[in-house]
Amino acid sequence: MPLMGTKNYRHLNKRLNRVDSADKITGRALYAADVKVPGMIFGGSLRCKYAYAIIVEIDTSKAKAIPGVYAVLTAKDVPKTQSWADYPYLSDGTVRFVGETVAIVAAETTDLVEDALKAIEVEYEELDGVYTIEGALEKNAVQIREKGVGLKDGLPDKDKKGNIFYDSYYPIRKGDIEKGFSEADFILEREYKTPFVEHSYIEREACVVMKDPDAGIVTAYASAQNPFFTRRYLADAIQAPFNKCRVVQKMLGGSFGGKEELVGLMVGRAALLVMATDRPVKMVATREESFMESAKRHPFNFKYKAGLTKDGKIIAWEGTQIANAGAYNNQTQYLNCRAAIHSAGVYNIPNIKTDTYGVFTNNIHSGAMRGYSSPQIIFAQEQFLNEIAKEMGIDEIDLRRKNILKQGDLTATSQKLTAETITLEMIDHMVNTTEYYRKKEEYSNTHKSKEKRKGIALVSCYRGSGYGAETPDAGGSLVTAIEDGTILINTGLAENGQGLKTAYTQIAAEGIGCTTDIINFVGVDTHSIPDSGMTVASRGTVMGAQSMRKASIDLGTLLRETAAMLLKTDPDKVDIDNNEFYIIGSDGKNKVSLADVCNTRLWTGKAMAVYNWSEPGDLGIDHHTGQGDAFPTYSYGVVVAEVEVDMETGFVDVLKVSSGHDVGTCVNPDTVEGQIYGGIAMGQGFGVTEEVPVNKGQLESKNFDSYIFPTSIDVPEMEAVIFECDDSAGTYGAKSLGEPATEAVGAAIAAAVANATGVPVRELPCNLERTLLGKSLSKGGMIK
Amino acid sequence: MNKIKLVMTVNKKNVETEIEPYARLLDVLRDKFGFTGVKEGCGIGECGACTIIMNGKKVNSCMVLAAQAQGADILTIEGVENSDGSMHPVQEAFLEKGAVQCGFCTPGMVISSYHLLNENQDPTDQEIKEAISGNLCRCTGYKQIINAVHMAADNMKK
Ligand code: FES
Ligand code: FES
Repeated sequence: MPLMGTKNYRHLNKRLNRVDSADKITGRALYAADVKVPGMIFGGSLRCKYAYAIIVEIDTSKAKAIPGVYAVLTAKDVPKTQSWADYPYLSDGTVRFVGETVAIVAAETTDLVEDALKAIEVEYEELDGVYTIEGALEKNAVQIREKGVGLKDGLPDKDKKGNIFYDSYYPIRKGDIEKGFSEADFILEREYKTPFVEHSYIEREACVVMKDPDAGIVTAYASAQNPFFTRRYLADAIQAPFNKCRVVQKMLGGSFGGKEELVGLMVGRAALLVMATDRPVKMVATREESFMESAKRHPFNFKYKAGLTKDGKIIAWEGTQIANAGAYNNQTQYLNCRAAIHSAGVYNIPNIKTDTYGVFTNNIHSGAMRGYSSPQIIFAQEQFLNEIAKEMGIDEIDLRRKNILKQGDLTATSQKLTAETITLEMIDHMVNTTEYYRKKEEYSNTHKSKEKRKGIALVSCYRGSGYGAETPDAGGSLVTAIEDGTILINTGLAENGQGLKTAYTQIAAEGIGCTTDIINFVGVDTHSIPDSGMTVASRGTVMGAQSMRKASIDLGTLLRETAAMLLKTDPDKVDIDNNEFYIIGSDGKNKVSLADVCNTRLWTGKAMAVYNWSEPGDLGIDHHTGQGDAFPTYSYGVVVAEVEVDMETGFVDVLKVSSGHDVGTCVNPDTVEGQIYGGIAMGQGFGVTEEVPVNKGQLESKNFDSYIFPTSIDVPEMEAVIFECDDSAGTYGAKSLGEPATEAVGAAIAAAVANATGVPVRELPCNLERTLLGKSLSKGGMIK
Repeated sequence: MNKIKLVMTVNKKNVETEIEPYARLLDVLRDKFGFTGVKEGCGIGECGACTIIMNGKKVNSCMVLAAQAQGADILTIEGVENSDGSMHPVQEAFLEKGAVQCGFCTPGMVISSYHLLNENQDPTDQEIKEAISGNLCRCTGYKQIINAVHMAADNMKK
């Protein structure tokens, strides 16, 4: 079985304590809200309480008159109201979601900021908006964005007016769908739904922005997931050149895709206040503001139809996947590229027709959240597969074994899987080690109970590693040797809590041959290194680290040359151990330390650093058919969940989750396991409790008293199973893991609930009412 | 409003300052004294990022008025290290067991674990889970944290 541990590396495949842990454990680590600079004042935002309204008048005079209030800005006071990425810094006169910012203030203290916000008077004229996917697509729905388009023959059409975000439309056309269905012995059609979900990182968004002549114009210290992306907002808001706007990432208290838009807007707003007051400005979102303006996981409506032969081979697959994009959006067009590519699951299906698009509604925007559409899609597809198995009377594991993608098969985009693909082995391993069939039998004895029933389910999935066809996957790294024999590594990708610093340290050590303890990872400073794209898409290790690998190998070669010169031999006769170069085969007398080598290079004027830029491979899909090579490679996952459902209350107790992942090469088992365990907890929330309820655009959860995700008491028994395989696409053969770790867990739990209750789950989360009745009663219904 | 003179002991040092009567202990610790290891996550007593020990009791400092800490003996994450500057066994175990990811919950988690081990040298899984149930973590799934507390308990017995 291809389990972890058979690969031969010096530093990879080995446990290493995280390089940033000590500072975090002792409280020394500084996060953005911990930054304090001389002369600093505070900023705040006034947010509207309507989902769709026209601003008739804003009167800021009373706020401005308060002593200690230094600036009150509205649309008319700033160079531009709308950011480069669609989202508004300040409302342009129409507010389109609850929480849209209509004014910003700066004052001496946070108390004065609050006083000033309260003193601003705004008169609104409320409008009727659209709030749901169904509402946005209604025939006579109001059009809430000028760029929205309508449907023609059921498909988005540029010449029609409506609420569809056209850039986010991706069709997949493979084979001949009509022929496929005409040859099918069995056809089933089902619909599924998922809600808004909040990232719930424990650190709220924060920044300090100040004038900084050393940097050019301004420097921002920010809780930015993607500092270069944040720089775009900073420069854009104050209309300054990028090379004079510097963003420094502080230690980041979790992000999961969330600290992008709101952090960018906040930095832009703070910069506007800095320019207006000439003082450094700190802004920290309250948790309520974070709920109101940070992106959410996209709600999706799915409709799938599948055609199978009588022996269980899927030969036709049709689908519509519609995402709720919210009022402003610059994410759904990328997210839906991925959603479309994965719209037929991890299955080998000859005839596919799917359409994926987003709609504008008067809600908070949806964005990136760990998975980037996959948790929703896998939930829907895997429930559908189990419904098919049940209706056809075939075993759900057999159905998967029969259809799962294997080496040599074609994906939905007709990409041929050339690398080793261990899907069948993974399914078999997970079935055996979880004793799936024994437990299924045992649990079925509880299925008549009126009190507690147990259920088990297995789901399988895959995920394109890195950006793939979404956008070019390039990046650069700088590796510098210093005269005392220590190493600095620097890249444009960021530590977001996932362990990137540690993984990059191991990758650099592997390349140079030195130990990990002499390497220091420089935090991201946009003035210190070129933009390497975003730390998203679980690309940090698999693709982003390619340049780190190459730069460190090249630096290792240079160092070895100097060592060989000092040892009076050829470079290929020299190796390094414990930071000492030695002649291979010598008895250890001929040695020279890394420090001496570095020192010699410095004083002989030799290069001390290597910068490597790694260019993307040749990938791309045809926009009309969705056909083409979509990703450099794919990660595979098989997850088994076991639950107990209280049939009186509907309470779902998740007993155990066993999560198996093909990671290609496991860089660090500690961080990989940490990702898997954390992914299980987040997937449990997605499956069972997490939903930001919205009622006509009003968020009904704005803090952790009503938005519930798992505590230490709630989490199940967890089993992490790490598979490896031979696949040369990623850095040292590594594949994505951050998102795979969570994407299938909610699906597995929902399927286990369906197994326990006998009622299919078609909408998440499996909260109390839905679990028992298959629908939600929380909006105005009654529980009998 | 009249300011209040606040005198307390934080991490074994006597400190004093002037505060507004409505100031939260969390803000006073962070802003007046620079104990920024005490984090704010929710501000409503739900997440535990602001956990400290006050007069031997574990509290959420966002829910305590600074004025209530008059004369109190307070321990924050900054005071958990041994007097020689080395890490406390709880901290060592968090490092060794991979119990830290983004680290934002970590100060509160360490304080809760430290507090538990002061009262119970040999906690069961369930007792550990209960002790840290007021500390939300979005990254780790808690498993490596629970392992770390067991390891710390073992090491402290040695
Ligand atoms: S900030 Fe005090 S409990 Fe969350
Ligand atoms: S480590 Fe990130 S919240 Fe716990």
